[in-house]
Amino acid sequence: MSRPGSLTWFAGHELRLFWRDWISLMTAGKRRREPLLAAVAAIFLVAIHGVAYLVLAPAAASGLGADKLTLVTVTGAVLLAFTMMLSQAMEAATRAFYTRGDLDLILSSPAPVRRLFMVRMVATGVSTTLLTGSLAGPFINVLVYLQGPHWLAAYGLLLALGAMATALALSVTVALFRGLGPARTRLVAQIVTAAVGAVFVIGVQLAAILSTGSISRLTFIRSEQVMALGPPSESGWWFLARAAMGDFAILLALLAVAFGGLALVVGVFSKGFGRDVVAASGVGERARERSAARRGFRPVSVAQALRRKEWALLRRDPWLISETLMQTLYLLPPGVLLWLKFGDDVGALIILVPVLVMASGQLAGGLAWLAVSGEDAPDLVVSAPVSSAQTIRAKIEAILTVIAILVAPLLLLFALAAPLLAGIAALGIAIATISAATIQIWFRAQVKRSLFRRRHASSRIATMAEAFSSILWAGTAALCAGGSWLAVGTLFFALLVLLGAWLVRPRRAYGAIGA
Amino acid sequence: MTDLAPDTAELALELTGLCKNYERPAVDGLDLAVRAGEFYALLGPNGAGKTTTLRIVAGLLRPDAGAVRVFGVDALADPIAAKRLIAWVSDEPMIYDKLTPLEYLEFVSGLWGMDAARAEARALELIEWLGLAPHADERCQSFSKGMRQKVALAGALVHDPRLLILDEPLTGLDAGSARQVKDVLSARVRSGVTVIMTSHILEIAERMAERIGVIDKGRLIAEGSLEDLRRQAGKHGSSLEDIFLDLVAAESSAA
Repeated sequence: MSRPGSLTWFAGHELRLFWRDWISLMTAGKRRREPLLAAVAAIFLVAIHGVAYLVLAPAAASGLGADKLTLVTVTGAVLLAFTMMLSQAMEAATRAFYTRGDLDLILSSPAPVRRLFMVRMVATGVSTTLLTGSLAGPFINVLVYLQGPHWLAAYGLLLALGAMATALALSVTVALFRGLGPARTRLVAQIVTAAVGAVFVIGVQLAAILSTGSISRLTFIRSEQVMALGPPSESGWWFLARAAMGDFAILLALLAVAFGGLALVVGVFSKGFGRDVVAASGVGERARERSAARRGFRPVSVAQALRRKEWALLRRDPWLISETLMQTLYLLPPGVLLWLKFGDDVGALIILVPVLVMASGQLAGGLAWLAVSGEDAPDLVVSAPVSSAQTIRAKIEAILTVIAILVAPLLLLFALAAPLLAGIAALGIAIATISAATIQIWFRAQVKRSLFRRRHASSRIATMAEAFSSILWAGTAALCAGGSWLAVGTLFFALLVLLGAWLVRPRRAYGAIGA
Repeated sequence: MTDLAPDTAELALELTGLCKNYERPAVDGLDLAVRAGEFYALLGPNGAGKTTTLRIVAGLLRPDAGAVRVFGVDALADPIAAKRLIAWVSDEPMIYDKLTPLEYLEFVSGLWGMDAARAEARALELIEWLGLAPHADERCQSFSKGMRQKVALAGALVHDPRLLILDEPLTGLDAGSARQVKDVLSARVRSGVTVIMTSHILEIAERMAERIGVIDKGRLIAEGSLEDLRRQAGKHGSSLEDIFLDLVAAESSAA
C-alpha cells in the first residue's frame, strides 16, 4: 500500500475517481446498467473492427508498402490523430485549471500538491492516448492481421503522439494562462481547443474543394496534385508513416523526444500549477454588464422575457460558444464549395443539402437541451403564471432564431445559386431542427446547465434518436435534391425514429418544465 | 398576536385532505387554513412533509388527492390564476449565474407580466432595500449564498405577490443578512402580504409568526399561536423549542 501523499497514492486516487466517473458517465449513474455497458462495449469493438476490415482489406490486397500513396495516407491519418489528441489534451488541461472539484480540499491540506498536479498532467496524457487509441486501435489490429506484426509499431507511435500532444497542450495552456491571465484564458483556450480539433479536418476539406472541386478528403489526399507535391518516398519527411509501419529506429527516437518533452513540461510546470489554479479560482469570465438600470426595463411579453433570457445565457456561456464554434466551423467547407460553384455547376451543390440539414439538426439538439433541460431556475419558471406550453414554445423559438441567424447567410447564397436546392435545404433544416428539439422536449430532465458536456449521459436513447433523426432527415433532403424516390424510404425511417422516441419517452413528472 | 379564527377572515390558503405519496406518505390528509395577511410558520422534523406541502401549493408538485385553494382560486383547476398570487423561495436559491440581479428581476417581472416602468422602480427599490445596490450590475456567479438568497427574495417580491411561501429562507445566511430578510418579511406582512414559512430556526417562528403549525408524518399535529401551543402541550412559559420537541416526541410515541 502506498504512503499517503506519495505519487503512487495520488495516482491511485486519480485512477479510482477516473474509473468511477467514466462508469457513471457511461451508465448515467445506474449501476444495473454495467453489464449492458460491457455488452455494448464488446459489440462496439467487434463492429469497429469490422468497419476497419472493410476499409483496409481492399487497400491491403493491392499491397501496402513504402510507396508514396501509402506514405501520404498514413501520414494524413497520423496528423489527424495528433490534432484530435492535441484538442483533447488542451480541453483536459483547461479543465484542470478551472474545475474546482476536490481542489479546495486538496489545496487546503498539508499534502504536497505538486505531486497531485504531476499525476493529473500525466493522467491527461493517458486519457488522451486512450481516447484516440480506442478509435485507432481496431485499424491497427486489422493492419497487423492483414499485413504483419510490424504494424504493432503504430501503437508505439500513438504513445509518442499522446505524450507530444500533452506536452504541447500543457505548454500552450500555461502560456495562455500566464500571458492573458486567468480571466481571459478560459474562453480563448476553449476556442483554440475547438479550432485545433477541427483545423486539420476542415483544412484538408478546404484544400480538397479548392484543388479537386470535391468535398472528399480522401480523394484529395490521394490525388495526383498531392502526390506530385509531396517529397519522394525515400525522403525523411515521411518519418511518421515509417514509424507507424515498423521503423523502430525512428519510433524509438520519437518516443524518446516525446516522453523527454513531457517529463520536462511536467517537471517545470507542476511547480507553479497550484498557484495558477488558486489564481483561477477567484476569477469569473466577465463580472459586470451594462447597467440594466440605465437602459431601463423594456416592456416585454412573457414569451419575449423567456426568449431574451435564453439568448443572454447563450451569449454568456463560453463553453457553449466553443461548442457552437466547432459546429459552425464545419459549415465553412460547404460555404467555400458554394462560393466556388456559384452559377457554375449546380449539380455539385447537392452535397450542401445534407451537410446543412445535418449540422442544423445537431446544433438544434444541443441548444434545445440547454434551453429545456439546462434550466437553472426550474422552480421559478414552473411557479410563474405561465402555461408550460407557452414556456416550451418560447424556449424553442429562442433556439430556432439562433439557428436561423447561423444558417440564413448560407441559405441566401444557396438560393441565389440554386433556388430549388436551397428550398429543399431550408425545409430539411426546419424539419431536422424541430425534430431534434422535439426529442429534447420529450426526454427533458432537470439538470444544471453546466453539465452540458455530459448531456449525452442523461439519456442515451435521446442522444441516439437525435443523431439518427438528423442523419435520416439529411439523407431524405439529399435524396429529394437528387430527385430520387428513395427519399420516401429515408423519410419513413426518420418518422419511425421519431415515433420510437415518442413511445419510449419517460413519463413526465408534474412540476418539470412543460409538464 | 391576533387570535382570529381562520373561518372568520379571508383565507389566503386552504388545504383540504391533501395527500402525496412517494414510497411512503409524505403528506397524509393534511387540512390547513392560513388567513390573509398572516405570518404563518410551518414547523416539523426532517421529512415531516413541510417542503412537499409548500411545493404543492406553489404548483411545483401535483398532489395525489385533496384540494388547494389560494385566495379562493382552485390552484389545481386553474394553476395560472393561482400562480399570479404566489411567490416561492426555496432554501437553495435558484437564480441564473450569468444574469445580473437587475437582469434577473427584469426577467421575473416579464414572467409575471408586470408593467416595465413599475417593475423597474420596484426592482431598484428592492435592490437598495436588500443591500444589493453595489452589485446590481454584477453577474450572480460570484455571489455568496446570502447574496444569492437575497436576489431570489427580491425576485419573489418584485411582482407584489399576495402569498409569499418560503422554505427555509434563512439557511446559510449570516446574522446581518438574516436580519435584513426578517425585516423585509415583517414589512411585507404589515403591508398585508400573507407569509408562510418553514424554518428549523424556532426562535424566528417564535418571534415573528402569528400562528404556528406543527406537522409530522404529513399530518398537522398542533396549530395556533405560541400561547395556544403552550396550552396544548401543558407547558406554560416554555420556549417553542421545548414545546416543539414535546409535541413531536408525543406524536412519535403515539405512532
